[in-house]
Amino acid sequence: MRNTVLTVDQLKKYFVTRQGTVKAVDGISFSVEEGEIFGLVGESGSGKSTVAYTVVGMYRPTEGKIIYRGTDIGQESKRRSKEIKKDIQIVFQDPGTSLNPKRTIRQILELPLKVHNLGTNEKKPLERAEELLEMVQLPASYMYKYPTMIGGGERQMVGIARALATDPSFVILDEPTSALDVSVQAKIISMLIQFQKKFELAYLFITHDLSLMRNVASRIAIMYLGKICEVARASEFFENPLHPYTQMLLSSIHVITDKEEALKPKKVVSKGEIPSPVNVPPGCSFHLRCPRKMDICSKEDPVAIEVSKGHRVRCHLYGAKVI
Amino acid sequence: MPTPLLDIRDLHVWFRVFKGFLRVLDGINFAVWPGEKVGLVGEMGCGKTTTMKAIMRILPIPPATIRGGEILFGGKDILRMGQGQLQKIRREKISMIFQDPTAALNPVFKIGTQLQDVISCTSESERSLKNEDIKARTIQVLKEVSLPDPERMLENYPIQLSGGMRQRICISTALVSAKELLIADEPGTSLDVTIKDQILRLIGEIVEKRGTSVILISHALGAVRNMTDRVYVMYAGSMVEAAKTKDLFDNPLHPYSQGLIAATPKLTGGGVGEGIPGRIPEYIDPPAGCRFHPRCEHVMPICSDKKPPFFEANEDHQVACFLFQNDR
Repeated sequence: MRNTVLTVDQLKKYFVTRQGTVKAVDGISFSVEEGEIFGLVGESGSGKSTVAYTVVGMYRPTEGKIIYRGTDIGQESKRRSKEIKKDIQIVFQDPGTSLNPKRTIRQILELPLKVHNLGTNEKKPLERAEELLEMVQLPASYMYKYPTMIGGGERQMVGIARALATDPSFVILDEPTSALDVSVQAKIISMLIQFQKKFELAYLFITHDLSLMRNVASRIAIMYLGKICEVARASEFFENPLHPYTQMLLSSIHVITDKEEALKPKKVVSKGEIPSPVNVPPGCSFHLRCPRKMDICSKEDPVAIEVSKGHRVRCHLYGAKVI
Repeated sequence: MPTPLLDIRDLHVWFRVFKGFLRVLDGINFAVWPGEKVGLVGEMGCGKTTTMKAIMRILPIPPATIRGGEILFGGKDILRMGQGQLQKIRREKISMIFQDPTAALNPVFKIGTQLQDVISCTSESERSLKNEDIKARTIQVLKEVSLPDPERMLENYPIQLSGGMRQRICISTALVSAKELLIADEPGTSLDVTIKDQILRLIGEIVEKRGTSVILISHALGAVRNMTDRVYVMYAGSMVEAAKTKDLFDNPLHPYSQGLIAATPKLTGGGVGEGIPGRIPEYIDPPAGCRFHPRCEHVMPICSDKKPPFFEANEDHQVACFLFQNDR
């Protein structure tokens, strides 16, 4: 049994707006084990990025616990110890806006080293920055370039190098490749996997791309409107998707080979729109779009049930079996 | 032998910038037959949208300059048409769905007003319509794209609708005037997976019903595979491969197409591959000869000297690569 790095327990994050309270994250629980890639998949507005930002400390949770290696870190980042901040790093979605355009790449890479007082003794920050650039296979001449002078894929490499600068053991990847082309994506993903093995990192990998998840993650959770509807091991997930939303999601993917076509659940036709998170439907939040809706769905919110080992699903269809 | 509906021949488009010229389109050849669904695949910045804008003649000139080539639509060259003829084509024959529905709709006018504007200037017969008839036609158009409650929709502003609904509105405006050719420029890219699937299916169904030709532009290979009969692959402003959709995905021939397909994550697992080394060239000083040669693993001396023309590799399968020169 591997150690658990991060446990999120009944995490809630609400935002109060003029239109009402947005329940961006509404009671989700999951855990990430040592050296694993945990995938969090959902459509836009499902709250995946809010989870990332809350874990990293940019938001303060409304309710619930975030436990990182035994310590509760459910507070704002300014109250966290530097040790924990150093250990949890994040790579943002858009490398164009997450790198300061007025700093050179050297300055960008040296900043985390200076903040955490790294490299003052044995290695100078400059040497470490050079090492980091080399690690992400960028030429050393990039050191004095500005982010706007390099391509999108290369910018994301810098973003990754910055996250790895402090030698973290847990990295949150918030859609690291969604703004990039497939050929660049493949390069970045293979590099991320290489680092994960080399430094024994644990990743919380957030994306909307299920086919990418299939190739990367060991376990996957699907989010819909602030709640997790299904968690399972990656292989089981694609062979035996249980939640109707997961089935809809899988059948909506446009694939490029016949073999993949065979894997997709056939019958589920995508319909309806994602409701606004200000005005979540009562009962199961998915019941308006669900092809297998029952009476109970509009009244009661289902609870997560463990169908088989490690495979949890939050749907009334499977509730009856257990009772 | 029927003639193609749209036939682009050796189109060159450059953009004037401070440093010189961006040589974006480098001799594009592209054809769409009546009733055909054609896909155009390529990565960001490879000139897909520039090509489509050239067809609609909505490229800003300057900075763009057309350096040669012709775009034949029904036998007539769009590039040499007068404004009157051009307006007629835009009004009645070709129409375009843009990538971002939020930017394509005017935020300060109601949906109804925007749609009625389009309908009232579409064709001769419809221009003489009375107001009530225009309204009835608007509602009919909205019903066609399966929007719920069309009467109420007319009174809404774009901001009150979701992304999927906005894209449906854009599709409905495009359908009003697309009697012969519909250009869909990444119609689902800004939307979620399940919504994207709905939108693509909708476009597919309507087009099937009306027998309109479609050009589907996308960087998502899956969407193109699902919807089209024939595919063109574009790289850095040149066409590298053209084939029947099934042939292309089962047996890609150009090294770039192979790399692109290998880099796409598959549902069956097995990793994501290494991607294609290098990056898209700068258009200010593109590589001589084949524009892919600096990234190609099969590069030969001839590749940097001469630009490869389309070679017929198989039936209906053309590749712009010297590897297939002998198979001619």
